[in-house]
This record gives sequence, structure tokens and C-alpha cells, in this order.
Amino acid sequence: MEQFAPVKRSKDGQPVRYLIVDDSVFARKNLARMVESFGGHLAGEAGDGLTAITEYDRTHPDIVLMDITMPQMEGIEAAERIVQSHPDARIVMVSSVGYQENIVAALQRGARHFVQKPVKPEVLYEVIKYVLGDDGAVATAAGAGA
Amino acid sequence: MKMDVIQPFINSADAVLAQGLECSTAIGSLSMEEEAYRRKGVAAMVWLTGDIEGRIIIDLDPETAVRVASKMAGAELPESDSLVRETACELANQIIGNAITALNDQGFHFRVHPPVMHMSEEGIKSSEDTEALVMCFETPIGSVFMNIALRYNRKRHADAASAGH
Repeated sequence: MEQFAPVKRSKDGQPVRYLIVDDSVFARKNLARMVESFGGHLAGEAGDGLTAITEYDRTHPDIVLMDITMPQMEGIEAAERIVQSHPDARIVMVSSVGYQENIVAALQRGARHFVQKPVKPEVLYEVIKYVLGDDGAVATAAGAGA
Repeated sequence: MKMDVIQPFINSADAVLAQGLECSTAIGSLSMEEEAYRRKGVAAMVWLTGDIEGRIIIDLDPETAVRVASKMAGAELPESDSLVRETACELANQIIGNAITALNDQGFHFRVHPPVMHMSEEGIKSSEDTEALVMCFETPIGSVFMNIALRYNRKRHADAASAGH
């Protein structure tokens, strides 16, 4: 898999911590590989919206990558509940169902961005940098090994 | 089933397979079936409810599933039952999700249910007013079958007609 310039937390230079939420183990593994290629660290995983909420409380990740169609509780509702408790939560919806209503509903209920499956690593990388804003910093080649 | 409902699924399967496998695909066979659908390998089934209702099955043999998973992951993955099942489900998710996105933009509204494995050996019968379209997408690493059995939701159509839409 292509390697990207690592994106670190600007406050302490540590890897960005991700919570990946998807009912497909295969999709979670693929996303985990992608965020590791961005220099990130997997803080936790969940296979449904309810577990995502408890995992968020437990791990306090920098970014959540959240599927929409899941059993028990769908991703948009889980995102809304997480943001109600943690207004600073950065949630990126990652779903194959990318029609306008879904995107608007997700953004209205607290998600910061939307990425459509199949996920292109270069697209997700740019979205993560955008969502982190000033809280993220791209390590230069000279600084990456420091 | 009208072609304008089917075409987004064909386009989506073609796009998802072409992007995920980094290759071109070809439709190897296409047929209408009224008999119960017998899976050819590992089959993931997704139900749709809303303006159009029914189910779509994505079906591939285990060896092809492992090759698809490895290609999509960018690394050789060892074969396991769970990997094979997950691959079928994820392909179904992506193909159907992208098709639904296109159909929604045309004004159709749906609810997509999470994929379930179709494990039965006996097959799934289409309903009496719904025949299934079965097509085979040929790729350099194996064949992927898609079975679509959808019908318009008559009640919703009647409601829309009575509302003057």
C-alpha cells in the first residue's frame, strides 16, 4: 500500500489515534491499513453504532471513521450521540451509500465529512488533514524519522 | 423490472470491481430466472425496502473471494471462512450502496439493510411477480455473479399517484 507523509497531532507530535466503526471486519482491516499508512494509530474498533459510543468513551480518539449501514444502531445516530456527549468529536462518515440526503443528515447531526466507498487512500488522507485542521501536522521527510 | 432500475447496479458493480481490482471487467452472461436461485459459491444478500423492494445477491467462489480480498487490501491474505464471507459482504455493500446512491439521485428512496450470508443449499425463490436477473462479471481473477430481484412498491406508487405526483 502506498505510503503517505505521516500526519501527527500538532500538540504533542504523537500519531493521530483512530476509532474505526464498520460492521465488516474486512472493511475495518482495510481502513486500519490505510490509517497506518498515514502514520496513524488504531485506538479501537467497533462493529455497530452502540459499541462505537462505548469505544469512543473508552478511547477518546482523535478521529472516528464511521460506516452508516450497521446492525443495532446505524452510524448517523451513533455520530449524533457521540457529538452530543463530546462536541469536539471529529467523525468522518465512510459509506457506500453516498446520496445527498444521507450526507446532509450526517453533517447536520455532527459528522465533519463524508467519504464514499470504495475508499481511495489519497481521498481519505486529504479528508483527514482537512478535518484535523490546525490540530494535525504533516511530518516532513526530515522530521518523520526524528 | 425496468432497465432504468437495473442499470445503476450494473454500472456500480463494474465500477467497484474495476476500481477495487484495478482491471477492466466484462459481462460474461446474463439471464432471467424464475426458478429459485442456487448460490454458486459464497453469497451475500442485501434486502432493500422503500420505493423499490427486493433483494440483490453477490456471489463468488471462495478462491476468487480470497484473490479479491488480497487485491483490495494490497497484500496477500490467507484464506479463511471469515475472510471469504467478509469479502462477499463488503463487495455487496459497496456495489449496492453505490447503485442506491445513483437511484436516490433519480428520486427513488430506499432503506438498505446490512448484508446477510445466503447459506441455504436449496436456493431462494423470487416472488411470483418478480423474476431475477442474473449476470456474471468476468474479471482477470475470477467471476462475480450478481442476482437482482426487485419490484416497484405498489402501495407507494398508489400513494404517490393519489397525491398527484
